[in-house]
Amino acid sequence: MNPESTGYKRDVIIQTTAKLMVPFILVFGLYVMMGSEGTGGGFQGGCILAAAYILYVTAFGTEKGRVMMPESWNTFFTSLGLYLYDGAGLVAIILSLAAAQFLNYSAIWPLANILGIAEARGYMVAFVVDVGIGITVMAAFVSQFFDLAWKEKEEEKGE
Amino acid sequence: MIVPIDFVLLFFLLVTAIAAITLKDLFAAIVLLGAYSFIMANMWLQLGASDVAFTEAAVGAGTSTALMVAALSRLSRKARWEK
Repeated sequence: MNPESTGYKRDVIIQTTAKLMVPFILVFGLYVMMGSEGTGGGFQGGCILAAAYILYVTAFGTEKGRVMMPESWNTFFTSLGLYLYDGAGLVAIILSLAAAQFLNYSAIWPLANILGIAEARGYMVAFVVDVGIGITVMAAFVSQFFDLAWKEKEEEKGE
Repeated sequence: MIVPIDFVLLFFLLVTAIAAITLKDLFAAIVLLGAYSFIMANMWLQLGASDVAFTEAAVGAGTSTALMVAALSRLSRKARWEK
C-alpha cells in the first residue's frame, strides 16, 4: 500500500452514521426481498443486505467485520440459499406427488390444506425462493468484497 | 413537457461517462461511475422499467462501487499508461 491511498483514520462521525444506518438498511433489504407487491426481489434485496455489511466494514475495518461474519459463514450461506431455492422447487414435485413441475408453486395443495390457508399455496414458497436467492447473493457479494479488501498482517506492514 | 428531463439526464450521463474514462485519478473515476449508475437508474425509471432501475441502483451504484473501491485499495490511485 502506498501512503497516498492510506491517509485515512477511523472517524467517529462515519462510525456513528454507520451504526445508525446499518439496521435500517438491513430492514429495507428484507422488505425488498420479501415484499410481494411492486418492484424488488431476491437479487436486489441480497445486494442491499451486502451493501449494509460493506458499509459496516468500511466504517469499522475488516477485522471487526470478520468478527461479525466469519469466513466459513460465506460458504454456509451460499449453499444455504441454493438449498432453499432447490428445496422449494422440489417441494412442488414431492407434495404434488410428481404431478407438477419443478418450482410449480400453484400445485402445492397438500401444504395449503395442512396450513389451512387456501391463499397460502405458492405464496409462502415464493417467499422461500426469494429468500434463498437473497442469501446466496449476499454471501457471494460479501465474499467478493473480502477477497478484494482483506489484507494479511505482513502485507499491511510491508511497504 | 416530460421530454427535456430525458435530455438533461442523457447530457449528464454522457458527461459522467466521458469524465470517468478520461480522468487519471482512479478514485474520482469510480465515484463518477457510481454517479453514472445513479443517472442510468433514473433513466430506466423514466423509461418505465422500475425493476431494472431498482437493480441498477442496488448493484451499479451501491455494491459494484464498493467492490471497485476495495479493489482500488490494492492499486495506486493514479492511472499510468504509455502515451
